[in-house]
Amino acid sequence: MARSTASSSERLGRLGGGVTRVYLDYAAFSPVDPRVVALMRPFLEGGVGNPAAPHSLGLEARASLDGARAKVARLVGATAPGVIFTASATEANNLAVRGLARRAAGRHLVTTTIEHISVLNACRHLEKQGWEVAYVPVDGEGRVDPDAIARALRADTALVSVMAANGEIGTLEPLREIGRVARARGVPFHVDAVGAAGRVPLAVDDLGIDLLTLSSNDLYGPPGAGALWARADVKLGPIVVGGGQEGGYRAGTENLPAIVGMGVAADLARAEGGAEVARLTALRDRLFEGVLERVPRARITGARGAARLPHHASVVVAGVKADGVLLELDLRGVAASSGSACNMASGVPSHVLRAIGCARDELEGSLCFTLGRWTTGAEVDAVREALPAVVERLRRLAP
Amino acid sequence: MSEFSATYMRIIADHKLDCLGLFCPMPVLKTRDAMKQMAVGQVLEMLSDDPASDADMTSWVARTGHELLEIDRDGAIYRFLLRKTR
Repeated sequence: MARSTASSSERLGRLGGGVTRVYLDYAAFSPVDPRVVALMRPFLEGGVGNPAAPHSLGLEARASLDGARAKVARLVGATAPGVIFTASATEANNLAVRGLARRAAGRHLVTTTIEHISVLNACRHLEKQGWEVAYVPVDGEGRVDPDAIARALRADTALVSVMAANGEIGTLEPLREIGRVARARGVPFHVDAVGAAGRVPLAVDDLGIDLLTLSSNDLYGPPGAGALWARADVKLGPIVVGGGQEGGYRAGTENLPAIVGMGVAADLARAEGGAEVARLTALRDRLFEGVLERVPRARITGARGAARLPHHASVVVAGVKADGVLLELDLRGVAASSGSACNMASGVPSHVLRAIGCARDELEGSLCFTLGRWTTGAEVDAVREALPAVVERLRRLAP
Repeated sequence: MSEFSATYMRIIADHKLDCLGLFCPMPVLKTRDAMKQMAVGQVLEMLSDDPASDADMTSWVARTGHELLEIDRDGAIYRFLLRKTR
């Protein structure tokens, strides 16, 4: 496989002023693939116009934009004209939920209790406007029951929105079954595919998906780009209005460098995803095995094996606080997370951990290690070494 | 405000915080910051129209130990009265 030989420690270590770093927080930010950066460079350094410009440079820009559209569509077996580029997956989720609501006849939505905060808050935004939302609960591994989705549907349901995979606990959702349920009732089906795209097969026709959210950085593309794919017969209204870019669904001059980068990243994910998944799955399982063996009272959150994201390892460690563990790991050069930056800041226990029924003494001890294209076995082994000592130290200090 | 509290114990807030229009986690974050500026025993009145703020505030006080004196709801608007305990 042709890919950069630099490990993420080398790449991110350079960024951190020469500090050796074990980077296992890919879900929060992924280094951009150097091949992506190389192809973005001309779009940053000049010689390319605005895609709406009437001159030849504009034409070239338009061709590059449409090329990226085709590449992104191909990753999920979708039609290129349905791709609407946005500035983030958060914006794409907002466009899916709130944009659809602008044109829908119904006043009811069905989603789950463990969606990304951008879907949840888009739903709450609609609740403020009089919409009703069914937040379908999940089981102890974070899996949604398709029958529960079916039972939540009403005659006036305008949308079903379920994520492909949960970012905090890695569980994959039964999209095919949910897609079948939604299709049988004629309700559009939105899938937030961040985390899953490029790592698990996601063919929109096969799974009955009508709207799909993608993130550029999640595919090792640059931050600042995302996309919503919408099936041709789904009616949307824009949530950002202005000059009518992106078919009138998302105004604002396209961020062409980032969009071109996202296209290249999508192509690389399609070409190399299979081999990468096998490699990451093995590393993930080695991490899990080490942590469960060596850290007393640690357990996996979310699903296991093939039922979870290949690059995602999450655990709860009873009786310790995640922020303490993360600080100690950071001092030892290991960057990881508790799964959700939003909840770290507010001090409210994660909605996902509450939804899967975590015990009180586990709610604050959630650790999330996300692996990626440059993760090495040595990095995984560093966590296997460091974590047991960190947890033991914190438990000794705790009253 | 419930009939009982309206009649017998009208609590006067020392500080007011308007979180209308914001979404989770901002009402909790702004409440936390506002409480930091207050003295122990003082009362904060916080307004929010985020449908999640009821559950969020309840779990936040359970975690921090501050006292949630009242939750009232007028249509879509929640009014929280919180006493700083430490």
